[in-house]
Amino acid sequence: MMDRSRTHRTRRLAAASLAALVATAAAMAPFSLATLAWAGELAATSGASAGALASALPAASTGASGITEPAVGWINTSRLPLLVALVIICGSVIAGILLARSGRPLRIRRLAALDAVDEAIGRATEMGRSVLFVPGIQDMTDIQTVAGVTVLGRVAKTAAEYDARLEVPTSRSIVMAAARETVQAAHFTAGRPETYNESNIFYITDEQFGYVAAVTGKMVREKPAACFYMGAFYAESLLFAENGNSIGAIQIAGTAEPSQLPFFVAACDYTLIGEEFFAASAYLSGERDQLGSVKGQDFGKLFIAAAILIGCALATAAVFIPSLAGAAASFKAHLGG
Amino acid sequence: MDTNTHDRQGGGGGGSFLARLGGIDRRWIFLAMGLSIAIPILLKLRFPEVPGPMARATFDAIESIPEGSRVLLAFDYDPASAGELQPMANAMVHHCAARGHKIVFMALWPLGKQMADATIDDVLLEFHPNYAYGTDYVQLGYKAGNEAVVKLMATNLPQQYSTDAAGAALSSLPLVAGVQDLAAFQLIASISAGYPGAKEWVQYANSAAPEAFTLVSGSTGVQVSQLLPYYPAQMEGLLVAVKGAAEYEMLVTAKYPSADKPELLAERLGQGRVRMGPQLVAHLLMIGLIILGNVAMIAGRSRGGAR
Amino acid sequence: MLQRTVPIAILSLSGLILMLAYFSPMTTSWGETVLEWFNILAAVAFVLGAGNLLAVNLEKISSRRPGWAYAGITLVSFFLMLGFGLLKVGAVPNPEHPDLHFAGSYDTAASPFGWTYEYVFSPLTATMFAMLAFYVASAAFRAFRAKNTESILLLGTAFVILLAQTAAGMFLTGWIPEDSMFAFLRLDWMKVAITEHIQTAGMRAITIGIALGVVATSLRLILGIDKSYLSRS
Repeated sequence: MMDRSRTHRTRRLAAASLAALVATAAAMAPFSLATLAWAGELAATSGASAGALASALPAASTGASGITEPAVGWINTSRLPLLVALVIICGSVIAGILLARSGRPLRIRRLAALDAVDEAIGRATEMGRSVLFVPGIQDMTDIQTVAGVTVLGRVAKTAAEYDARLEVPTSRSIVMAAARETVQAAHFTAGRPETYNESNIFYITDEQFGYVAAVTGKMVREKPAACFYMGAFYAESLLFAENGNSIGAIQIAGTAEPSQLPFFVAACDYTLIGEEFFAASAYLSGERDQLGSVKGQDFGKLFIAAAILIGCALATAAVFIPSLAGAAASFKAHLGG
Repeated sequence: MDTNTHDRQGGGGGGSFLARLGGIDRRWIFLAMGLSIAIPILLKLRFPEVPGPMARATFDAIESIPEGSRVLLAFDYDPASAGELQPMANAMVHHCAARGHKIVFMALWPLGKQMADATIDDVLLEFHPNYAYGTDYVQLGYKAGNEAVVKLMATNLPQQYSTDAAGAALSSLPLVAGVQDLAAFQLIASISAGYPGAKEWVQYANSAAPEAFTLVSGSTGVQVSQLLPYYPAQMEGLLVAVKGAAEYEMLVTAKYPSADKPELLAERLGQGRVRMGPQLVAHLLMIGLIILGNVAMIAGRSRGGAR
Repeated sequence: MLQRTVPIAILSLSGLILMLAYFSPMTTSWGETVLEWFNILAAVAFVLGAGNLLAVNLEKISSRRPGWAYAGITLVSFFLMLGFGLLKVGAVPNPEHPDLHFAGSYDTAASPFGWTYEYVFSPLTATMFAMLAFYVASAAFRAFRAKNTESILLLGTAFVILLAQTAAGMFLTGWIPEDSMFAFLRLDWMKVAITEHIQTAGMRAITIGIALGVVATSLRLILGIDKSYLSRS
């Protein structure tokens, strides 16, 4: 009884917070700035002093060199709109997590690429061939590499359960170290610590095409049955994918590099596109907190869509109502455009 | 001999010739592609190029700044992308030197410095031997840090580059002595193959001083989709892949020919146009392959339906 | 317990400092310090990577695993370039300090290091990149099939761009006057419409989604909700 009422209170609190956040966003960030700017424009036009209004808006000092110098002090006021947007988006993610913890049912659409992980590793086990995982060519400073390594943990756990050999060639030393920790943890989680072999996760070279040559050569010689490409890729994406095709491997890719997505989509069996890749770790874990963050992310998308629609409406209206032109320009400027 | 076991399309295996074509061995495709590139190069096939709006905009951007301006050329690529980007780099250096601009070279990629050195030797000093190091051009070299380099240069260039690539203090080089930040340049050009590159110059240099300098860029075809949103607001000019390089070469060589080395200039600043020949044939080949693949798929389906 | 708590604490603190440094001028140097720490770690880790490279390839040679000759070539190349660079073998003397060997420049083509870069490394990387042309052709042949409406639209777009990016575009439609009512049928016009409007709009949408994914993933890591990158005690 006590738990149910606490859950109910948490749920109400989270829902109220989320509603307040979205309402504040809608009222404050895009609309009120435009309204303030519009009011300022009208006031200036009618001869009234806009000094008070201007002083309320963030002003950047321009040095003699023409470079806009950052404001001194605790807050860089020229970046205030971005801070507001960040607070709203982060707040929506946190609110999503709170909602998930309150026990609210979560529906995340199925991602075919992730549902195929088990199938791919099972195929490799049946064929007696290895599984290849490529965590991208960037270092751990790139969030895509971090996301790739977290997906590696899930893949490694499944590979350990199926007793499939997983190989992870890396292009950065730190990524090798992180991947080793991750795969070892996965083997422990799967209850197969004795099957962990750290020599299966190895460093090749930082040089992009040297790494590509080594990995594609390995693919052609050893013919892994399943290939995972999860991380940041550049020109080597199609080289990997086509080589994987030539050896008959099932290929699952995920990247947030927009320019490489078409190559993976054309050549791989399954592809995680952009934000699907970042949601992959949450999806595979099944943990409520992580799934809640994915839901919260969607509210952030709604906020951005609202800002885009309001900006487009203002810009369109400004064509027909000249007095709105200043407001539209101010809206764009304050949102960093 | 179909080595592509994942290809279930195109009705591979037994039956009509057209349906079998859908499962053709990829090595025939590789051979066709090799011939489509080699033959135009060997036959020196050239096709007329009409400069498009983006190449014109890039040309006009460099023309519009006063003669003798200080320009920054960032060589943000390596030998792998030199096929697409070296022609535009050559043309841009010649264009700037022909306008008398003072050029500062730098690189965000480790091998970019070598690309810049090669361009200096092959183009700048070859066609503009009067250019003196220190007063007319400077090589700052490569700096590690990706976008952090751009961020710091935007407000404090001497802190990022205290010496040039050879170790000489910037204060000893008249061209860059006293340069505090990027606003000292009238034009910044990034020849970019990816990250870090033109996008970082837009995000961290142009955003710091939108009106202080003109920004232009040359990019590979794959990356240009990420740069198009910035044109023409943040970037006044954008050269796209080999086609953009060929169009820009035409504009530059038409206005700034070499009186004493015309053949050499045509060779060094004609590589973009040379590469358009194989590009045309290769593109036609790809269109043909796509049509062939679809014909094979339809033939395979109709054959399957007839059964 | 500490094995998991300390890494999460470091990650959370570093992430919060980097966010704060972006918005607060007073803390900008803190963010730069965090990045410098990472650069130091990356430099040290490079030694770790080189050690691993040696270990893996030596093991491959000693156990005569398939392809062990490639491991031998790798090691020979590694030590050769390391020697050329570290010892500045054949370096071009520095005009200001001609007597000092280590003041010389090793990255010009006159030195072994520069020569190897110019005549071995550069052609090899360009070759690997050039292989893309062949793979694009085989991928296009295999994957570009008109199976439904979306793929037909994709094919049409591909044909327009492939033709417009070459002289064939001007040959086929360049005769249409730019100011006529049929100017939209020019391939260069269609290319501009596709790349500057349709493609850019789609790219912006994907980029916004990616940015949101980055924020959510980073927040999960900073808050310690996603711990999958950690080892278990």
